Amino acid sequence: MKTMKGLPICVALLGGLLPIAAAYGAGYTPVTAARLSNPEPENWLMTRGNYQGWSYSPLDQINAANVKKLVPVWAYSTGVNSGHQSPPIVNNGIMFVSTPSAQVIALDAKTGAPLWRYKRELPDDFSALHNTNRGVALYGDKVYVTGLEPVLVALDAKTGKVVWEATLEDYHQGYYSTMAPLIVKGKVMAGVSGGEFGVRGFVQAFDSETGKPVWKTYTVPAPGEPGSETWQTADTWKRGGASTWMTGNYDPDTNLTFWGTGNASPWFGDQRPGDNLYTSSTVAIDPDTGAIKAHFQYHWNDSWDWDEMNAPMVVDYKKDGKTVKGLLKPARNGYLYWLSRSSDGIGFVGATNYVKQDVFKSIDPKTGRPSYNADKVPGTGKKASFCPSLWGGKDWPFEAYNPKTGMVYIPANENHCGFLEGKVQEYVAGKWWTGVDIPDIGFTVAKDAKFFGDIQAWDVSAGKKVWDYKFEKSMAWGPILTTGGGLVFTGGTNDRKFRAFDASNGKLLWQVGTNSGITAPPSSYSVDGKQYIAVVSGWGVDPAFQQGLLHNLIPSWDAAVPEGGVIWVFALSE
Amino acid sequence: MNKKTFEGNKAGCEDCQRRVAQRRSVLKTVLGLGVSLPFFDVVAAQAKDPAATPPTAGDQFVFVLGDKKGEVIKVEDLALGGPQQLAYPMEPTGSVVRDGSRLNQVLLIRLDPEQLSPEAKANSSEGVVAYSAICTHQGCDVSQWKTDTNTLLCVCHGSEFDPKDRAKVTFGPAPRRLAMLPVKVVDGVVVVASAFKGKPGFMDL
Repeated sequence: MKTMKGLPICVALLGGLLPIAAAYGAGYTPVTAARLSNPEPENWLMTRGNYQGWSYSPLDQINAANVKKLVPVWAYSTGVNSGHQSPPIVNNGIMFVSTPSAQVIALDAKTGAPLWRYKRELPDDFSALHNTNRGVALYGDKVYVTGLEPVLVALDAKTGKVVWEATLEDYHQGYYSTMAPLIVKGKVMAGVSGGEFGVRGFVQAFDSETGKPVWKTYTVPAPGEPGSETWQTADTWKRGGASTWMTGNYDPDTNLTFWGTGNASPWFGDQRPGDNLYTSSTVAIDPDTGAIKAHFQYHWNDSWDWDEMNAPMVVDYKKDGKTVKGLLKPARNGYLYWLSRSSDGIGFVGATNYVKQDVFKSIDPKTGRPSYNADKVPGTGKKASFCPSLWGGKDWPFEAYNPKTGMVYIPANENHCGFLEGKVQEYVAGKWWTGVDIPDIGFTVAKDAKFFGDIQAWDVSAGKKVWDYKFEKSMAWGPILTTGGGLVFTGGTNDRKFRAFDASNGKLLWQVGTNSGITAPPSSYSVDGKQYIAVVSGWGVDPAFQQGLLHNLIPSWDAAVPEGGVIWVFALSE
Repeated sequence: MNKKTFEGNKAGCEDCQRRVAQRRSVLKTVLGLGVSLPFFDVVAAQAKDPAATPPTAGDQFVFVLGDKKGEVIKVEDLALGGPQQLAYPMEPTGSVVRDGSRLNQVLLIRLDPEQLSPEAKANSSEGVVAYSAICTHQGCDVSQWKTDTNTLLCVCHGSEFDPKDRAKVTFGPAPRRLAMLPVKVVDGVVVVASAFKGKPGFMDL
């Protein structure tokens, strides 16, 4: 671990040679609730840029006219393999990047000089299905990260030393955690993974200073709690899923956090009759008390492993000439949802499919509840095929909203389908338990498909697709960043490229080849008046697994993309 | 019994022994359900805790899954030519199942002794070989069996291991062989002959 601790003070006095002294200068700027509600354009204080989840940077020094002059200014190897999915978080010139195996690296955001590294010692016998980390959260003078085995860790932002740890759950029961925490008014909220291991999902809040648990809210109700009637067979709620593996968004006006929930467990709906609240849903949770104030379920009695893990973006839009205080979500199930938000409810406004989807027969115009084509619903001993595949119209990679263009940019995937047939699997704590073995998960592609990955731009108020950019030989696994300079940045392809598009018309303006495939969100920040675009390149986890399947289906595609994380930072050449 | 209680009360070995005895009685009722009681992973002196101790000479094995979950594995329970059975070692005198660490999970398979490589044969008995069931790639269970290639298959990313040839990697991303656990057969029961050869586990984390 690189640290300057223990060196004599006389060295520090020798012209500020120590990176830590130089970078931290007068001190670390504490992150306050006010700053999180109104983040400065020159910083990137949380994984999706703002509480509303826009993945938008207002910075415009880099714009559509000059982006072709973007060059790498520094790079840094994380020293870790597996899928890197976290954005560079920046607070006044200090950058924090989390990596697989729950490490955190702090660097000088301008020069790339390393400041400290936190490396977690994981138990010998622990393994996670998805070895990744989706980012740190900042509050006060601390940096918060989930520790993979499901713990929440608070680090001192200046030194990387552990201040406190709080256990979320027991990994022997199949729980793990990869998500970036959400911090609202001094409460640090974390969720868990394990939807393939028979867990019961929850969100838990801890005091940011002490790590003491404040409240814990399950996303599957127990008997007697509201929604429990949607688990008709006794005890199915105990292992019902609804994992909480992506960070929530927050609306300060209604004081509500919005959380996405994962697939229902096991994977086959007929093994747990009922709507199965709150699986494949958005739940609104009061950050002060943990109470569930509202919910919206995208598809009931899930049988396709279509998690709805991403929280919807908090976006206001126009509908029939009136402004709607809204929520916007391109769902894994292949539909783009327009919803409304208020202090006591989430309303359905409309939905349009953004990829081919053959499961829904219709959607109720008032409630948003779909009806299903029976032959597209897998069951126990009943094989069924469906489009899109279990990875959905999009998976977890973030969409982005640009308030200047009024558009939402979606990393979509087309021309892939799946099939599943369920069986009753014996439950053993900590073991894969879905009703189907991994080798039997069906995945197919349309043989004559002209494209797969598809960056789609939709005018939010008009409800129409404006442009799209198709990838002929790759899926799109890149979260999107959009900027005030009129740009859309994304990686996500198996050719290891990082690209910039004109946000208004989708024209490809710039690209660069990196070391590996990019599945992490880009971020933007500025130091001493100069704007930077930063992204971590490091392939792995589901995109890697899927690439192997794609190679079997389309032999001309490489079976693998090289792994290994590198932080890339770009700026305009002088 | 939960993690917090145990950690908060570490004073004195008498306390440790009492809790181990409690655990044994709990285990006898949940034997074979594969439930790992979590707090033993934080005990510093693991040698004192039989559940987390690695497989030891003389241990028997119990089934992790299926109709015979929790029962002692006999040679006749293992189908000749595969598939493998997942097992945890069991300390025979106190019937303590060593499921305190997932790294103790093994797979047993019975093959034709004449088809075994010299190294595999040297650690086998009546054609029974035992290997770590933890894939050396990212730690998933090597619980599947491929009938066309007669190889052990990891559920997660498709790594395959040849049980006749000391669990050599024959396909997929696993970087190395599965650790081998020498076994012998005593009165028809499969028994641990000596400690793991090679280290069970994986490199990524």
